[in-house]
Amino acid sequence: MTRARRFVAEWAPAVLILVLGLVGWELAVKTFGIQKFLLPKPSEIATAFWDERSILWPAGWYTFTEAFWGFVVGVFFGIAAALVLARFRPLGSALMPYFVAASAIPIIAFAPIGNAWFGIEKGSKIFIAALLCFFPVLVNTLRGLTSVRPQQVELMRSYAAGNAAVFRRVRIPTSLPYVFTALKVASVLAMIGAIVGEYFGGSQQQLGIQIKNSAALFQFETAWAAILVACILGIAFYLAVALAEIATMRRYPSAERARR
Amino acid sequence: MTAAAVSIRNVTKTFGKGGTTALKNIELEFQPGEFISLIGPSGCGKSTLLRVIGDLIEPTEGEAVIGGKTAHQARLDRDYGMVFQEATLMDWRTVEKNVSLPLEMMGWDRGARRDRVRELLELVELTGFEGHHPWQLSGGMQQRVAIARALTFNPSLILMDEPFGALDEMTRDRLNLELLRIWEATKATVVFVTHSIAEAVFLSSRVVVMSARPGRVQKIVDVDLAYPRTNDTREETRFFELATEVRELLRESHEAREGA
Repeated sequence: MTRARRFVAEWAPAVLILVLGLVGWELAVKTFGIQKFLLPKPSEIATAFWDERSILWPAGWYTFTEAFWGFVVGVFFGIAAALVLARFRPLGSALMPYFVAASAIPIIAFAPIGNAWFGIEKGSKIFIAALLCFFPVLVNTLRGLTSVRPQQVELMRSYAAGNAAVFRRVRIPTSLPYVFTALKVASVLAMIGAIVGEYFGGSQQQLGIQIKNSAALFQFETAWAAILVACILGIAFYLAVALAEIATMRRYPSAERARR
Repeated sequence: MTAAAVSIRNVTKTFGKGGTTALKNIELEFQPGEFISLIGPSGCGKSTLLRVIGDLIEPTEGEAVIGGKTAHQARLDRDYGMVFQEATLMDWRTVEKNVSLPLEMMGWDRGARRDRVRELLELVELTGFEGHHPWQLSGGMQQRVAIARALTFNPSLILMDEPFGALDEMTRDRLNLELLRIWEATKATVVFVTHSIAEAVFLSSRVVVMSARPGRVQKIVDVDLAYPRTNDTREETRFFELATEVRELLRESHEAREGA
């Protein structure tokens, strides 16, 4: 009972803001006669969200799978590259400037080229999503792997530990908070990469195409409903990663986290 | 004739090409069961010397021989336990898991590890803290965990690099007594780096006084205070005489350097 009450007390303000925000939005559009192409009413978006559900959700799922596989590929290569560069430091320091420079590139600009390389269907979207995920994961993981205290390494050496044991027992556990920070960023970037990649063409079932075409056909409430689907899936993806983080950090708690 | 516990043969260590000489022609021999302190001003190379003994730093010239073996072989055979100024515990491991880390690496099974850890935590008077994480312990308790960890595989040699340097004086005095008790129980040889004259005299059977730039052995002071030592030892006249002798040696080396 008390627990339920505390839960309500904790979330009530946020829910209240949401309700007030929606009501205010609805009223503002009505009173000021805002054009639909600028901003539809929430009630209209909700109607479209319901009426078009048989199109929007499959499209959302299609896009989500692109984002997911892009995430998997980008994270895999990001972590693998970080492990190699952490193991062979001279190579790492030789390549690092390029990676930092590359992470400043607007990677989304590669989307049309991705179409040429990986086809206009899922491949190019996965490519863009993967590329967007790769750099933050690489840079963060490498920072995590190399931020161990020198004494921890000396300690492991005093146990006759080789490099593999140092990685397994010190570097990797130390890097976990850094890795999860990157994974959360990557989950967001993957969705962005997939949707923006879709703006450059492809199958009709994609969410990005739905958004683009609805807007072109002046079905703005449908476009907004599609964006809402993208938001829900994006948040769900982020939360899934955050839950994985909590589960992992319970096994590998670090002092910084515990102090928070 | 049994081999010396530690024999340092003409060790010189220069950092960088033509860089600073941290150690110059060090010749030392410690017998099994001795408690040796290395004391000297900052930059006298005492920590470097400890790391040469532990094969964590390679000497430029000369060698360290541990119980008749090369330092390298002794490290691979896990002949010594190491304790640093920082406890260097793994935050993601509990006290129990921290102490059992070296045993895990040696492939002990779970039951044997648990028994050994229990024994050691009893020795350092931390029974009941098995499930705690390092950040939940005081600095003194963390350092006791580190000592327990260094003793896990029953090394005949314990290397300690200012282990109590970061602790307040009362905790330090208490841990000094505890360390002597542990030393007497394990009959290990201890090489102990410290900045504190009182600590060096109180603990050691011999105090190696070093001078800086380049690091050399200035004199070895025999501490003829009877073991077991207690808090009363600190009030004996002989204790003050020896502390004064060490202090004067350190001052001499300082003045010699200033004068040069």
